[in-house]
Amino acid sequence: MFAAILLFAAVVGIILFIAGRFGGRRGDRVVAYSYLAPTLLMLLVGLVYPGIRTIYESFFDAAGDVFIGLDNYQTIFTDKDQLTVLTNTAVWVLLTPFVATAIGLLYAVLVDKARLESFAKALIFMPMAISFVGASIIWKFVYAYRPDQANVKQIGLLNQIVVWMGGTPQLWLLDWPLNTLLLIVVMIWIQAGFAMTVLSAAIKAIPGDIIEAARLDGVSPWGMFRFVTLPSIRPAVVVVLTTIGIGTLKVFDIVRTMTGGQYDTSVIANEFYSQSFRSDNQGLGSALAVLLFVLVIPIVAYNVRHIRRSESL
Amino acid sequence: MSPRFRSALAGTLGAGLVLGLAACGGSDDSNDDSNTAAQSSIDCNLYKEFGDLKGKTVTVFASIVTPEDKAYKDSYKPFEQCTGVTIKYEGDKSFETQILVRAKAGNPPDIAIVPQPGLLQQLVATGKAVEAPATVSANVDKWWGKDWKAYATVDGKFYGAPSGANVKSLVWYSPSEFKESGYAIPNTLDELKALSDKMVADKKKPWCAGIASGEATGWPITDWQEDFMLRLYGPETYDKWVKHEIPFNGPESTAALDAVGAYLKNPAYVNGGLGDVKSIATTAFQDAGLPILEGTCSMHRQASFYAANFDKGTKVAEDGDVFAFYLPGKDGTSKPVLGGGEFNLAFADRPEVKAFQTYLSTDTWANIKAKASQGWVSANKGLDPNNLSNPVDKLAAVILLDPKATFRFDGSDMMPAAVGSNAYWKQATSWITGQDTVTTVNNIEKAWPK
Repeated sequence: MFAAILLFAAVVGIILFIAGRFGGRRGDRVVAYSYLAPTLLMLLVGLVYPGIRTIYESFFDAAGDVFIGLDNYQTIFTDKDQLTVLTNTAVWVLLTPFVATAIGLLYAVLVDKARLESFAKALIFMPMAISFVGASIIWKFVYAYRPDQANVKQIGLLNQIVVWMGGTPQLWLLDWPLNTLLLIVVMIWIQAGFAMTVLSAAIKAIPGDIIEAARLDGVSPWGMFRFVTLPSIRPAVVVVLTTIGIGTLKVFDIVRTMTGGQYDTSVIANEFYSQSFRSDNQGLGSALAVLLFVLVIPIVAYNVRHIRRSESL
Repeated sequence: MSPRFRSALAGTLGAGLVLGLAACGGSDDSNDDSNTAAQSSIDCNLYKEFGDLKGKTVTVFASIVTPEDKAYKDSYKPFEQCTGVTIKYEGDKSFETQILVRAKAGNPPDIAIVPQPGLLQQLVATGKAVEAPATVSANVDKWWGKDWKAYATVDGKFYGAPSGANVKSLVWYSPSEFKESGYAIPNTLDELKALSDKMVADKKKPWCAGIASGEATGWPITDWQEDFMLRLYGPETYDKWVKHEIPFNGPESTAALDAVGAYLKNPAYVNGGLGDVKSIATTAFQDAGLPILEGTCSMHRQASFYAANFDKGTKVAEDGDVFAFYLPGKDGTSKPVLGGGEFNLAFADRPEVKAFQTYLSTDTWANIKAKASQGWVSANKGLDPNNLSNPVDKLAAVILLDPKATFRFDGSDMMPAAVGSNAYWKQATSWITGQDTVTTVNNIEKAWPK
């Protein structure tokens, strides 16, 4: 620890020293690169090299000894367990961003300029402050099951409601696909606050004269939303959708904490960890990591392009 | 700002950072030395041959975390006082994955307490593990059975002394309930079945079970099957099964799982106070045996370490609230014992590490550790069961030291990770929620690495 800090101080010192030796217009470039160099180096060591290494290892067998070509990828797309993983990931990615954004948007519109607005916002924003693991534990209690027997009291909120309604308690996390949907609820619960915050800020940024003009034209509340609010906040909606989308692709903590990927609830990020470290199948684990990487790229690219375009406007 | 001044400023900044951070760290946890183990003395002469070890440090990495790690730390104190070596203990709940990562990355601890022979083999395969010194080997020959030495032997080379052990072939029950209802502890599998039926006739749910354990959900079923494999087909077939010399979907394995199903998948037998058969899948294994105290079920098959899951006020003893009996053999003649254990694997061969390994392989250490801990047993023949304060530990020690007993290590722990800690758990979970036995064993067989 001590040595690492000394090293850090030394590196910073050397860079400042080198940068300080160059002056003038020509020197600017050198100065810029010498400041960038450590970052580039770390990116290379910490990101580019492991990335390439992972891709390389995904073509090898479990122990990483024998080259097996695309077999690992074939496994991902043919093995029954792995197909469940893919299906689950698809359900997660298709549902979470849209539902979370829709809830966030609806909330932002409803609460806009309302009384107690900040309090109402704080309520939905609070889950954002809880870690994924913490949120999962809270929801594990919500879904908790106790049998339908005399002298047995429910401790889970959901089953208690079911019992009050005259039903019998269910093992919520056991049956697919209901269990995956119930896990997605947790993610939506966390992310809706984020969506609401960003979208609310975007709504507030709509110029007052546009709204005024629309009002004078006698637009209905729905028309206002459809033709004024929504087009104005489109860039923000895209950012929220893609950000939550990327977060959802990487979802790991929720699945791991609540079911451990059991009962057919595993998703790519969780399966990648299980295969690499528990099942000791380096090849398949790497292939899953690469797949995750490939799936994230288009969303990131779209996100970056969109932000660039909206900035240039 | 002149360049020189700038670099001087950088230096000052850096130094300030260093001092600031250094002030934050370095608060060591101070242990109270009031434990009896610390006062036990050991024969220091044994460690003279390793030279002067004063001021040296040995790092230990294990899966045991607070509060159970205290007994380990305490049991190291006599060695530390005698040799001047400092033992740095680090516990991590995800030890099984972290140790592999650390070994592969070239950052292993000096000693790892490895809870599975399969994992030990994987660690040896990384090329970073070091063979045990002759002193340890001699101690293991002296104090343990041959099978134990074999578990830590890879390609003819011996790697580490067994540390702790546990007995899995146990059934937890309520002594008072058995007394009141006139139930006798069964001596054969048939008697166990008859007892279960009798309880059903008495309008009871005899068994409690739960297999949820996070990502490891399913493992308690593997223990059930291993116990039945041992009982129905004997240790030789069991060994072949574990080594995959007979297939996982062969007749023996299928019949053993069906035998388990006769208990766990029988709605009349399970799952007292916890729900129906399916509830086994989502009941945490830690909670599963607790209904015995409430009288909603009468028996729970789980290892000796399960004693720790009962509340502090619960009396765990032969005449107490809850106790365990040996899961009987097929007939009274054989006494197969399924169990687990840990091994001290070294990644360094410095003299202080060798000396510490030697200390851990002695009967002296086993007895010091026994006095210091709860829920811990060793198969070390030099262990005096009277040093164990917990009646269940004592029972486990007596079972382990019984010359008639045939000990076998937990089979799933020795199978390749793809099976033993993945497919087997997953399929067992699907099995309890309704998948049939044949599909289950076929799927596990398919997962076996070719």
